[in-house]
Amino acid sequence: MATQAVRLFRKLDGLFAVYKPQGVHWKLVRDTVETNLLKAVNSFSPPAPQCMVQFQVLPSGETSNSTNLTVTASKLPTLSDHHLVAGPQFNNICVGVGHRLDAFSSGVLVLGLGNGNTALDSLYRSHVSRDYILEGEFGMATNDFTHTGRIIERSTYEHITQDKLEHVLAMIQGANQKALIMYSQVDLHTQEAYELAVKGMLHPQYKSPPILTGLRCLHFQLPHFTLEVQCVNETQKYLRKLLHEVGLELRSTAVCNKVRRTRDGPFKIEDALTHRNWTADAIIPSVTYFHRTTQKIRKNDRKAVNHLWISVSAKCIKCIVYNS
Amino acid sequence: MYLCRRCVGFLHARLMPVKAQNWGNLGYVLPLAKLCYLKQPTLRGFPQGYQNLSQRKKEMGQSCGIRCLADQQATPHRQTSDIFEQKKDSNDITTFKNSNLHHIASTQVSFPACETFIDLDAVPCPSPFEEISEQDAIQITVPPGLPPVTFTLRDYVDKSETLQKLVQLGVNLFKLEQRRNVGSMLVRLDFQGDVSPRLFFLKDLGVEDTQLGPLLSKNPFILTESLENLQGRVSYLKSKKFSSEAVAAMVSKAPYLLNFSVERMDNRLGFFQQQLGLSAQKTRDVVTRLPRLLCGSIEPVKENLKVCELQFGFRKNEIQHIVSKVPKVLTANKRKLTQVFDFVHNTMGVPHSLIAKFPQVLNAKFIRIKERHLFLDYLGRAHYEPAHPNYISLQRLVSLPDDVFCTEVALVSLKDFERFQKTL
Repeated sequence: MATQAVRLFRKLDGLFAVYKPQGVHWKLVRDTVETNLLKAVNSFSPPAPQCMVQFQVLPSGETSNSTNLTVTASKLPTLSDHHLVAGPQFNNICVGVGHRLDAFSSGVLVLGLGNGNTALDSLYRSHVSRDYILEGEFGMATNDFTHTGRIIERSTYEHITQDKLEHVLAMIQGANQKALIMYSQVDLHTQEAYELAVKGMLHPQYKSPPILTGLRCLHFQLPHFTLEVQCVNETQKYLRKLLHEVGLELRSTAVCNKVRRTRDGPFKIEDALTHRNWTADAIIPSVTYFHRTTQKIRKNDRKAVNHLWISVSAKCIKCIVYNS
Repeated sequence: MYLCRRCVGFLHARLMPVKAQNWGNLGYVLPLAKLCYLKQPTLRGFPQGYQNLSQRKKEMGQSCGIRCLADQQATPHRQTSDIFEQKKDSNDITTFKNSNLHHIASTQVSFPACETFIDLDAVPCPSPFEEISEQDAIQITVPPGLPPVTFTLRDYVDKSETLQKLVQLGVNLFKLEQRRNVGSMLVRLDFQGDVSPRLFFLKDLGVEDTQLGPLLSKNPFILTESLENLQGRVSYLKSKKFSSEAVAAMVSKAPYLLNFSVERMDNRLGFFQQQLGLSAQKTRDVVTRLPRLLCGSIEPVKENLKVCELQFGFRKNEIQHIVSKVPKVLTANKRKLTQVFDFVHNTMGVPHSLIAKFPQVLNAKFIRIKERHLFLDYLGRAHYEPAHPNYISLQRLVSLPDDVFCTEVALVSLKDFERFQKTL
C-alpha cells in the first residue's frame, strides 16, 4: 500500500511547459521547479517508526553467584528510520529541460518529469518548429545586439518605411526557403516533394544552420518594430543578429529589445505556467493536460526511427544486390 | 526477520531429520518439504553413462522425501556416483553427532555448482532450537553490533543515549552528519556531562523548548563551548542593557552568536553605533532584530553603506531611517540592491524621499516590482506620488499578495495579470 507521498511522486511523470521570465537563467527555473516539487512530496507526515527486535539483558536474580543471564527479546520502535536521522524520503526529482532559452529571452520552456525525460529526447529529434516574437528598435547598434549592451554605432532611421522593411523581410524569407529546400534533401522537380512543400512539411534532414520557415512584420512604428518568426535549429543570439542585419539592410542599425518564444512545437503560450504556479498543485494538472501530446511525440519518434531503419536496410539490400 | 522461501524450505528440511531421529527407525518419512518451493530434483547428478529411464525413476523415488538416518545406513549401496551424496554419507552421522554448526555449514555450502540438483530435504541438519554444548557455544562467532567506522549516524542512534535525546529534541542529525567532523563530535558527547548543562543554560536564558532543536541543528558547536565563556558573553550583553527577552530572541535567531568572543561583539557594536550614528537604544533595537550583524564580517556592511551614500545618493538621516526600519539592507546583496534601486528610481520615477519613507521596497524581489509596475503602467494606474488622486503607495505595491493586489490595486482579475505576465 503506497503512502501518499509515493502516490504523489508517481504522478510527476510527463512533459509540461513553463513561462520563463526575462533575466533568469534556465537552470534557475529548473532548480526552482525541482525544489518546489520536493517540498510538496516531502510535506506529508512520515510513516510510523518500524519496530526492531532488541535483546535486553535483565539483571539476574538476587543471588550474584547464579550464572544465568536472563535475556528478553522485545519489539521496540527504532530511530534509525526517523526523518531527522535518515533524511527526507525524496532527495531529488529528475527534471529535464527541453530547448533552452538564454537569460535575455523569455517564453515557453518545456520541462520533463521522471519518465517524461525520454520524451524530451523524442522532442529534440522531431522536426518541430518554434515561434518567436522579436521586438526591435532602429537607431542603435550594440556589441551583443541587445539594448542593454555597449553601443557601437548610432544612425538615423527616418528614411525607413514599412514597405522597405517588408521588402527586406521578403528577401530574407527567400534565402531561407532556398536553404530549407537544400537541407531537406528533396528534389523539388518530383511530385512528392512538391506536395510536401505545399503542405509546409519540408524540414532539414540532418544538422543544419538556423532556418526561418516563416517571417512577418507584426507592428511598425518608428523607431520600434515587431517581427514574428518561425524557425528550426535556432539560437536566440541568431535571432537578435537577424534583427541587427535587418537594420543593416535598411541602411540603418537596429537592436533587439525583447525575444519571446510563444510556441515550442505543440506547447503553446496559453498553457505555460507563470512563476507563481510552479508548484505541484498546478504542475500535475498541466502534466495530465499534455499527456496526449507526449504520447504523440513518442509515437512520431518511433515512426521516424522505423522509417530510418527501413531506408537504411533498403540501401543495404540494394548494395548487396548490386554487388552480387 | 524476513526469510526467503528457500530458507523456509531449508528450515523445514532441517527440522525433519530431527524428528526422524527421534522417531527412530522409521524408514520413509513423508516429505513435508513439499512446502519447499524448490523444484524436486529429477536427477541426483550426472553419473557417467547413465541413461536408463527405469533407473532414473527409481532414483527419483529414492531421492524424493526425507531419508531417515537409520534408513540411509541400511541401504548403503547406490547406483549414482554423486559427489554430493558421498559427502553426505560420510558426513551425516558424524556431523549430526558432533552437531558442530561450522561443519554443517561447510557441508551445506560446499554444494557442487548449478549442474547438480540440491536436495535440501535429504540433508540432516540440526535445528537452531537444539541445545548445544558449552564448547560449541563459545566457538560461535558473533558479529559486532556497532560498526567501528561508518559514514552515517543511523548505525549509532539506537544505542547512543545522547543521539536519541537529541532526536527527541528535534535536532536534524541528517543535516549535521553531512558536515565534516560534526557526526564524530556528537557521538563522543556525554549527555549528562556535556549536553544537559548547556541545555539548562539555554533554557535559563529564555530560549523556548521548540527552538532548541533548530538552534542545535544550525550550531552544534554550542555543545562544546565552555560554560564560563557562554555565561561571560551573556553577562556582557546584559551589561550593554539588552533585556533578557532580547538576548533569548537574538540567540534563537543567530545560533552562532554565543560562540563569538566578547571582544568581537564589542567591536561590532561599537562600529554600528559609530557608523550609523544612531542612539544606543536604536542600535540595540537594530541588533536585536538582525543579530547576525554581530556574527558576520564588517566589510560587506561597510560596502553597502557606501553604496547607499555614494551610488544611490541618500542623505545620512535617510540612511539612518532606512536602516532602523529595514536592517536587512545592511546585509543585502549589493548587485540586487542596485538593480532594485535603479528600477524604482529611474524607471518608476520615485524620488529619494519617498523611497526612504517606504524602505521595504529595497527588500522586495525585483521581478515582483517589475511585473507589477509594468502592469500598472499598461493600465495607466502607475502613480506613486502622494499628491495624485489615484495614488498607489509603494508599501501596498510590494507587500500585498498577488490576488489581493489584482483585485484591490489594479482592479482586474488574476487571470488578466497572468496573461500580461506572459507578454513580458
